[in-house]
Amino acid sequence: MFPDFANPAEWLPWAFASLMGFSILVYVILDGFDLGVGILFPFAEDAEKDRMIGSIGPFWDANETWLVLAVGLLLVAFPTAHGMILTALYLPVFIMLIGLILRGVAFEFRAKAHAKHKKLWNNLFFIGSTMTALSQGFMLGLYIMGLEQTWATYAFAALTALFLTVGYSFIGATWLIHKTEGGLQLKSVQWAREALWGVILGIGAVSLATPLVSARIFDRWLQFPEALWLAPIPIISGLLVLWLWRMVRQMPYPGDVRSWLPFAVATGLFALAYIGLAYSFYPYVVPERLTIYEAAAAPESLFIILVGACFVVPVIAGYSVLAYTIFRGKATELRYD
Amino acid sequence: MEALDTLILSRIQFAANISFHILFPTITIALGWVLFFFRVRFAQTADAKWMDAYRFWVKIFALSFAMGVVSGITMSFQFGTNWPGFMETVGNIAGPLLAYEVLTAFFLEAVFIGIMLFGFSRVPGWLHMLATFLVAFGTTVSAFWIIVLNSWMHTPQGFEMIDGVAFATDWWAIIFNPSMPYRFAHMWIASGLTVSFLIAGVSAFRWLLGDRSRDVRIALKTGVTLGALLIPVQIFLGDMHGLNTLEYQPQKVAAMEGIWETGPNQPLLLFAIPDEEARTNHFEIGIPSVASLILTHHFDGVVQGLNDFVAEDGTVMHPPVAMVFWSFRTMVGTGMAMLLLSWTAVFLMWKRRRMHADPSRRHWLAVEGLPKPVLWALVPMAFSGWVATLAGWYTTEIGRQPWLVQGVMTTEMAVADVPAPMVAGTLVGYLIAYGVLLFAYISVVVYLARKAARGDDGRANDMSHSGKAQVEILTPAE
Repeated sequence: MFPDFANPAEWLPWAFASLMGFSILVYVILDGFDLGVGILFPFAEDAEKDRMIGSIGPFWDANETWLVLAVGLLLVAFPTAHGMILTALYLPVFIMLIGLILRGVAFEFRAKAHAKHKKLWNNLFFIGSTMTALSQGFMLGLYIMGLEQTWATYAFAALTALFLTVGYSFIGATWLIHKTEGGLQLKSVQWAREALWGVILGIGAVSLATPLVSARIFDRWLQFPEALWLAPIPIISGLLVLWLWRMVRQMPYPGDVRSWLPFAVATGLFALAYIGLAYSFYPYVVPERLTIYEAAAAPESLFIILVGACFVVPVIAGYSVLAYTIFRGKATELRYD
Repeated sequence: MEALDTLILSRIQFAANISFHILFPTITIALGWVLFFFRVRFAQTADAKWMDAYRFWVKIFALSFAMGVVSGITMSFQFGTNWPGFMETVGNIAGPLLAYEVLTAFFLEAVFIGIMLFGFSRVPGWLHMLATFLVAFGTTVSAFWIIVLNSWMHTPQGFEMIDGVAFATDWWAIIFNPSMPYRFAHMWIASGLTVSFLIAGVSAFRWLLGDRSRDVRIALKTGVTLGALLIPVQIFLGDMHGLNTLEYQPQKVAAMEGIWETGPNQPLLLFAIPDEEARTNHFEIGIPSVASLILTHHFDGVVQGLNDFVAEDGTVMHPPVAMVFWSFRTMVGTGMAMLLLSWTAVFLMWKRRRMHADPSRRHWLAVEGLPKPVLWALVPMAFSGWVATLAGWYTTEIGRQPWLVQGVMTTEMAVADVPAPMVAGTLVGYLIAYGVLLFAYISVVVYLARKAARGDDGRANDMSHSGKAQVEILTPAE
């Protein structure tokens, strides 16, 4: 599981795989909630939409930067894998990029363009967010299937696309429970209640599919005694699902206490599911084809990035916390003054 | 005849993406600093006009920033989807430079832009000013790293090739490669000029619509003055950059000047149609020996011609001539128009400086000095910076062909093995998306200007000089 820390050709790729894994996880949670808010857009009234935008407006830019960092780390630390993965995922990447472009600019245009065009930009914000989520889920499915391109893998990828989209809308709804009040909050609880089904089915489907696709992953999870060490991951995940289930049936609590809790628990659940997936594939960066050690760039180059990252990442974390603190509390309409 | 194969389609796609992308960083790099200037002036004078100017331009900044972010993400993915060979060959050098851009710049901009845009009433004044500074600083740092990488691709050094893969040997040599200082300065000033003319053009448009508010005055003066100050600096820097290129990439300069045969007394061509088949120019109009004078500082200086860059077996190792030749002329021509217009405008405003109502304050420039034709000329020049920037980048990037990294790898070596119809499909998709967005962007800038000129953007508008206000005075109150 852990590399030889005396040998830079081993621990550097490992450190970069961890850093990249961490960025992807942060991205999935942070952009997950703001994509989710976009996916929920058509279910809200026009007046509520401004409030929903207000809940993510100050953050979405920084959230998306984690994707740039993740793909950047893949690019710089594992250049061969970067080329293999992205050429295999050529079309879904294209769809994701168009989606990201549409939603990113719709954010600005809906507030600044003529009022008669606002509806158009609202629709594009929804379409862009949904395209992004669907294509990311599709890529996840193909990746799990070892980047094989057959009708069966496409079918599975279509399923993960749907589940990830519902999953994003779930974490988006939990974010809105925390950031809104009144009628919109009640709606958000309702959305969370409905979307939780998708989360359960999605995690279930991926958990069943991964060991079936690869004998290696099957052995890794179901062999004694390793299975004992790993048992907490599915067990805790199950408990978190039950907890969420209870909460979204009782919320909002009187006095709006603990409105942050569903988002926090959902974050925990996403993190566990992600760690399970990462464990299945380690040490491969391209499933069953290329390990992180084979794909890694020169140790000297990795070292020079790591030195910078050690200084800069804590600073980034610091000012991200500052931004979330400044814009804490219930969302208001966004104003420039 | 070149068929539309994966290579050429991928190149067109990347060119389309990077052309679309550069439009927006070109604005944000300098607009960030102009906003910081407005913000500081507001803190110093507590005069609302500075904050009004800030609020108008921060909207355009936010819009441009979002366009830059999303098109930038596209770029980072296209390295992998279309050009995997690039990172496989020079990833050990390009990787850390790109990583430092993300780590030191992207996060800084992305986090503090939230505070800059929406934090004015939520955070103390100093923090809002700091956020504005950090966003401007972040855009500049990000430009620095990307220019380092781009310059290294033109003038690579500080590395060794082992089994066809580049390994870094000297990071200082890589970062401070020979063309980096020139290219960075040239791009930075290009951004300044783009923003100067954008501010001047949009403000002139508002003025022509009858907007006489004080923030439109200072914006117009700031834009025109900044443009007039920067353009001579840019011409000087451009000349130095050209001499640097002559030293390291003589084939590019030969294409820029349309010089086929090596020799002394090369003419400066004002017009020509370069013909690569016949390896000559048609319809030449030139000034004798002036190209030699500019490039070597002697009338009889010898300049290398394109024919020196054809291998024995006929392989052409110089860029496509006509595109480089015309891109260069477009850039220089736009620069000359900028010089003429900004200096004329500053002179006319200076001539009328005593016009101002309040003689006790020193006003060096009066917007009233600008006659309508000059104002109308400024309006289309709002986007002249885009034309010059794109033309400049086309000159240098097409001028590097057939190399991707000069002398190390050709563009052909980097292209992905993706079927041509698939690239054609995504190319069409990107072109449609970019076309629509560019239209939407310009429309919204015009709309915001009209809205501000009408005074319904929440500002207390001083319309005392416009006809609209007088009508209101003449109409009895109900």
